[in-house]
Amino acid sequence: MNPESAGLRVNEMNGITRVGFIEQNILDEANIQQIGDALGELIDGLDAPRILISFADVAHLSSAALGALITVNNRVGSKKGELRLADIDPKILEIFKITRLDRLFEIHGTSAEALVTFS
Amino acid sequence: MSQSGINPSGDGADAGRSGEVVLRHGDTPALKGFEATIFEGLKAAGFDEGEIFAIRLAMEEAIANGFRHGNEGDPAKSVTVTYGIDGTGMTLAVEDQGTGFDPTAVPDPTEDANLEIPSGRGLMLMRAYMTEVLVIPPGNRIEMRFDRQV
Repeated sequence: MNPESAGLRVNEMNGITRVGFIEQNILDEANIQQIGDALGELIDGLDAPRILISFADVAHLSSAALGALITVNNRVGSKKGELRLADIDPKILEIFKITRLDRLFEIHGTSAEALVTFS
Repeated sequence: MSQSGINPSGDGADAGRSGEVVLRHGDTPALKGFEATIFEGLKAAGFDEGEIFAIRLAMEEAIANGFRHGNEGDPAKSVTVTYGIDGTGMTLAVEDQGTGFDPTAVPDPTEDANLEIPSGRGLMLMRAYMTEVLVIPPGNRIEMRFDRQV
């Protein structure tokens, strides 16, 4: 799965893979499946993946998108990698807090703040 | 006839701000068109951005659950959405063609042991963002109400 065709922007710098979303809304189930598949392939191709997912410009997401992120987190963890989330709109961040997923994910205010936390 | 006090038929709503739509699995244009109608109705009734965000989230979770869990992804089955909007709030009913479910059997996704489970958060999000959410037995119909704080 090509990341761009799944609606993702991916670039790598200094051993850290940065992922962003092209779409403002991460709601469509088929699209979420594609995003999950693309991220899965990305993780499978890396040893000890270090991944930063930026939610800049994301205005809506669903519980299915949260599920895809949890699967990504589990896969990164199984490869002893590191996952950071950043640039989350306050309304979206509230969803993470309500579901208590703010305790599962390492969330930072900005990508710049997240980048310096990778080992 | 619903067993709840929530009236999703839109009685009392302004003309043009209530209705019913039958949605098919995978028909994204129809879903987006329906949602656009809802958002226009909410804006016209004076709902603010935060209120529309909350309703959108709950509505999309209910519809997605109907397709995924209720209808088990069967493209031959549909989800029917009935709504009513007025200046004080919104009522919404989402009914699938499945056999239903027992909401008390859904594990609490916020418990530590369940945090890494990818599914099971839709109903809790509906409850978090709407004023009232009822699962009507046998569980294939969800009725929700959003009261504006005005």
